[in-house]
Amino acid sequence: MTNAVISLKNINVVVGGHTKIIDDLNLDIYQGDFISILGTNGAGKSTLFNTIAGNLAPQSGQILHNGQDITQHNAVQRTKMIARVFQDPKMGTAPRMTVSENLLLAEKRGEHRALRSRGLNKEKLVEYAAITAKMGNNLDQRLQTPTGSLSGGQRQALSFLMATRVKPELLLLDEHTAALDPKTSDQLMAATNQQILDNQLTALMITHNLEDALRYGNRLLILNAGKIVLDVNGSKKQALTEDQLLTYFTF
Amino acid sequence: MSMIVSSIGQGILWSILGIALYLTFRILDFPDMTVEGSFPLGAASAVTLISHGVNPFLATLIAFLIGSLAGLATGLLYTKGKIPVLLAGILVMTACLSINLRIMGSANISLLNQKTIFTNTFLSHLPKYFDMVVLGLLIVSVITLILVWFLQTEIGQAFIATGDNVTMAQSFGIQTDRMTIMGLMLSNGLIGLGGAIIAQSNGYADINMGIGTIVIALASIIIGEVVFGNLTLNERLIAVIMGSIFYRLVLLGVLQLGFSTNDLNLISSIILATAMILPQLRKYFKLESMMKKGGSNS
Repeated sequence: MTNAVISLKNINVVVGGHTKIIDDLNLDIYQGDFISILGTNGAGKSTLFNTIAGNLAPQSGQILHNGQDITQHNAVQRTKMIARVFQDPKMGTAPRMTVSENLLLAEKRGEHRALRSRGLNKEKLVEYAAITAKMGNNLDQRLQTPTGSLSGGQRQALSFLMATRVKPELLLLDEHTAALDPKTSDQLMAATNQQILDNQLTALMITHNLEDALRYGNRLLILNAGKIVLDVNGSKKQALTEDQLLTYFTF
Repeated sequence: MSMIVSSIGQGILWSILGIALYLTFRILDFPDMTVEGSFPLGAASAVTLISHGVNPFLATLIAFLIGSLAGLATGLLYTKGKIPVLLAGILVMTACLSINLRIMGSANISLLNQKTIFTNTFLSHLPKYFDMVVLGLLIVSVITLILVWFLQTEIGQAFIATGDNVTMAQSFGIQTDRMTIMGLMLSNGLIGLGGAIIAQSNGYADINMGIGTIVIALASIIIGEVVFGNLTLNERLIAVIMGSIFYRLVLLGVLQLGFSTNDLNLISSIILATAMILPQLRKYFKLESMMKKGGSNS
């Protein structure tokens, strides 16, 4: 009936009994979509992510994965197909475990973990050196370093690599560059874009950076008061300007 | 001399508690009060079984299983019942007081003339107290090796990640509640095992033997950390064993000063508090020496 990877059908999320955060929202996310999501604080962006990831149950509506209803699946079950990068650099990695241990942990995303040796061998380390080198921030020099002593930029780059270590069907990027300085943020954003294109990932990215939202991705959404007020893709998206975007922000 | 050997032996036997508590206190990152219940629970179970004629090695293993049930109770109250972990531990610890009385039938059971794991022709040929050291080292080595192996398995790594960053662990599909319960069961199982072994070494089980055990276990962790500083995870387990021995030697020194064994819990707390304050003192003195340097330059 639909070829969307993830479909949201008439989703309503109510918090505290009466405040409607997501209001009858419909969204089809297609294979290969790289969608930027804009919206003011309180527009429902994070709630939307929590609903898709399964951390928050909608009051009504359905979430479909390749046409199958997954509304009742919990967050841990959904990690089989959905990966997430958080805004806070502290959230995405285990601080006392090394960079390579974190990457190894990410390889089992959503899978059964057994009582057998973790298998952190030389081949793995060579492979990790290669993938971390692509992020261009010396992460490859720090494979044996506990992530707690990395810089914020390195941690976010690592979080991104971990989320995509096993190709997710949907990648959720929750303002993953927002906590970084402008230069590091630009660098991580460019690396993110490159990886999404190279690996043909399907991604949803929350951002407050209008420039990033316009420059990256094939599709752009604006959320306001729990509703999608703008959904454009392709050439229409490319024709958009920052000034046009600002008209959708109502205060 | 024999007192030093005795202290080292005690240190080795009690290090089982330090290692067990390390799993919750340092890896899962919360203080588990269940310890004060699961320790006498293990002792009561093993001693009662032995006095009913059960093989002491089997009785010691059963003490592990029963101890892990106490951990299971705390784990379920904490993860499923959403009771704060400190309170969940206190609830189980308190409940254990009654359970231990039920198991033992009286407040104290002696193992006089009973076979224990220390009853062995080889051990009995050793000089006094060396049986504790030899058998203790053997048991502690086996436990440490199993834990080192376990922590490097896929489940072990998921367990560490759960204590390190629960949000991240969940976002990679780790069942963090199960990991927490498993950690509490493993930890309290080992504490029950420690209780069983120490009761056999002492020759009796007593209803009050759990009092102060969490401080002793914490002291071995903290002293190990203060003495050895930054270490890898595996080295840390060894540091806990060393810390436990140091603690006993310090205790011996203090008792030699003329304190009585009635003061033990006070002394334990002071030793632990001192070890915990030490890093702050170091920082303070470094700061002062820096200020002096700054002053002389101006």
